[in-house]
Amino acid sequence: MQVTLKIKRFNPEKDKDAWWGEYKIDAEPTDRLLDALNHVKWYLDGTLTFRRSCAHGVCGSDAMQINGSNALACKLLLKSLGQTITIEPLRGYRVIKDLLVDMDAFLAKYRSVKPYFITQGPDPEKERLQSPEDREKFDDTTKCILCGACTSGCPSFWADGDYLGPAAIVNAHRFLFDSRDEGGEQRMEVLNTLEGVWRCRTIFNCVEACPRDINVTRAIGEVKKALLYRKV
Amino acid sequence: MVQRYDAVVVGAGGAGLMAALQLAGKGNVAVLSKLYPTRSHTGAAQGGIGAALGNLEEDHWEWHMFDTIKGSDYLADQDAVEVLCREAIETVYDLEHWGLPFSRTAEGKIAQRPFGGHTKEFGKAPVRRSCYAADRTGHMILQTCYQQCIKHDVHFYNEYHVLDLLVEQGRCGGVVALCLATGEIYTFQSKAVLFATGGCGKMFHVSSNAHSLTGDGMAVVYRRGIPLEDMEFFQFHPTGIYKMGILLSEAARGEGAILRNKLGERFMERYAPTLLDLAPRDMVSRAIYREIREGRGIDGKNYVYLDMTHLGKEVLDKKLPDITDFVRTYLGIEPLTQPVPVQPTAHYAMGGIPTDIEGRVVIDEKNTPLPGLYAAGEVACVSVHGANRLGTNSLVDILVFGRRSGRHALKFIQENDWVPLPARADELARALVSQVLNSTGKERAADIRDTLQDEMMEKASVFRDAQGLAALREKLRELRDRYRHVKSEDHGVCYNTELQEVLELGCLLDLAEVLVESAWARQESRGGHYREDFPKRDDAHWLKHTLAYQSPRGIELKFKPVVITKFQPTERKY
Repeated sequence: MQVTLKIKRFNPEKDKDAWWGEYKIDAEPTDRLLDALNHVKWYLDGTLTFRRSCAHGVCGSDAMQINGSNALACKLLLKSLGQTITIEPLRGYRVIKDLLVDMDAFLAKYRSVKPYFITQGPDPEKERLQSPEDREKFDDTTKCILCGACTSGCPSFWADGDYLGPAAIVNAHRFLFDSRDEGGEQRMEVLNTLEGVWRCRTIFNCVEACPRDINVTRAIGEVKKALLYRKV
Repeated sequence: MVQRYDAVVVGAGGAGLMAALQLAGKGNVAVLSKLYPTRSHTGAAQGGIGAALGNLEEDHWEWHMFDTIKGSDYLADQDAVEVLCREAIETVYDLEHWGLPFSRTAEGKIAQRPFGGHTKEFGKAPVRRSCYAADRTGHMILQTCYQQCIKHDVHFYNEYHVLDLLVEQGRCGGVVALCLATGEIYTFQSKAVLFATGGCGKMFHVSSNAHSLTGDGMAVVYRRGIPLEDMEFFQFHPTGIYKMGILLSEAARGEGAILRNKLGERFMERYAPTLLDLAPRDMVSRAIYREIREGRGIDGKNYVYLDMTHLGKEVLDKKLPDITDFVRTYLGIEPLTQPVPVQPTAHYAMGGIPTDIEGRVVIDEKNTPLPGLYAAGEVACVSVHGANRLGTNSLVDILVFGRRSGRHALKFIQENDWVPLPARADELARALVSQVLNSTGKERAADIRDTLQDEMMEKASVFRDAQGLAALREKLRELRDRYRHVKSEDHGVCYNTELQEVLELGCLLDLAEVLVESAWARQESRGGHYREDFPKRDDAHWLKHTLAYQSPRGIELKFKPVVITKFQPTERKY
């Protein structure tokens, strides 16, 4: 099949403003969009720049806006995208070049929720025990690959760039609801603020965008409840 | 621009992060990654980390050691394997103490499942040794290690691409790297350098590896006259998604999935009567290739079926959720009711930069260390995997040897000073870059890479022979010539990823030449290296490690003995 890729281009060394590049390629319906982008870069225009690595949806490098919605380019097959595909960088982050955006602010927010295991007291000799039921409580939020699709697609974040954002909250949830972790109070301080969970307006864009099928809005809701009732 | 650190870690996957954690807070350490750390390929590992915890049934590290050595077709260095299997246990507990969310048994202990080649009582029957977190164990390990690095304030240089290793007066001097964001070249003067840059699967057309896995660390070290060990041994994982190479974990077979040919037959019964579908990967891949050759591939084509239809929704949802998703997303197939087309995929480099069991890089057959230089993880060859790696052993390897090499590097930096660098230490690196940017050639890098990958897949993958390898050597020479005339369209400094891909292709070409040369010389079959013209293992002549050196006369090969302690080599049957 023939597809037309409309890609938003921007070269900081040459362009004053972004412009649209159009590329027609022959491809298989079962090709990933990433394959199509690579085709353009490798055979048509070597200057096209984007991040990518694993090519199967686990590393989170290639999150971008595809036909208006955030997704991983390597998880979408051409057959689901139509003959003309519009590709733009993630929204809400400074565009550095073409589809490559500045992810440092996103990662700083992630770091601010203390996304690491916190315990008091000494470690046991072997593993801390955890029942399968307890393990299940935070299984969903362990899946986050920090791709940025959720935060970048959140209207509350568009309106207020200081909002902690869904991804940071998901990663806080992973620890808050882990029966072994003891750092809840410390994280609550960051989350229980105007720019923390309370900026969430339950819009659900994050759930739509998440390539790992994490129920982000539910996780944020669980954190809100935990804050309100001071228990997990 | 020269930056000075006590230690520089190159690569931020499991091995690199583990090494960095040994040094953080105790020395001035920087971690360089050409990606962001959580994009590293450790995150793609699925099945589990092997350790003889014995949570579900009796298990001992000695059994794990035996399995690993037999799995390696007796090429692994047994002192290193002992370290691997012994320290695996405390490593897994450490991970759990860092919060890794392992799947759990009903009693609340770390859950374990069977995996290829892992047995109890020295080969009697499969044993549940693989500690897992659903089928995202690698993701959880990468995340957990990165989280610890945040906790301990490890300093990262993200999207810095290493171009050269500096060696002065026979000692490690540092590295030179390209900052992708700005195009500037930085010299990192460092007492110790630790390479943890992973493998080179992108040499092959069908691979489970990420686009980033182009063997940069191996090539950079090799170009400085340090040999690469056992490069002929490359693992083809039996179950990659047909045509795409995406990995479908051995864990599926651990949970009971069965490989079937076009007759619906469980063909592994004929090739490995005891372990069946959980035989070591090289044996399963060869079995698949043989079935296909003999016309029993599905529809006569070059793939077989992985049948998960009998496993039930509970198992697929809870234990194999990610691979179930891959199959649905990329093939549009429902694994609950339909079998999945699979074929062998280039997966793991058993060979690499030679090290001793402390992770120190050794530069000759006598294992002479190069002071200050370390390597750990897939980039290294200790050798713990010998001619074939067992599943779950890579995650153990990266953490055990990441830790050991990090600890040794810590001691080294406390006891040693910097080596003075010459005035233009970055000369070679700058030349590499300007050669590409100033090229007036007309060759597209992608065309050269396509040919490389196709030829390697055809002539140097699961089955090899002298004729094919000789033809491949010629072809690689031709590609090397064409590479000199590669054109680049992007002449910018900001995120010039085209330049990066051209440099990566140069690394792949170097490593392909080493692999082919080593494979052509080794006239026997062992583990992942199978010669149709020499189909038997030949311990009398070939129970030794290959060391390949770059030289003006071409590639020179030397050999060093295998360390044998507890288990005498015998025939490898399952």
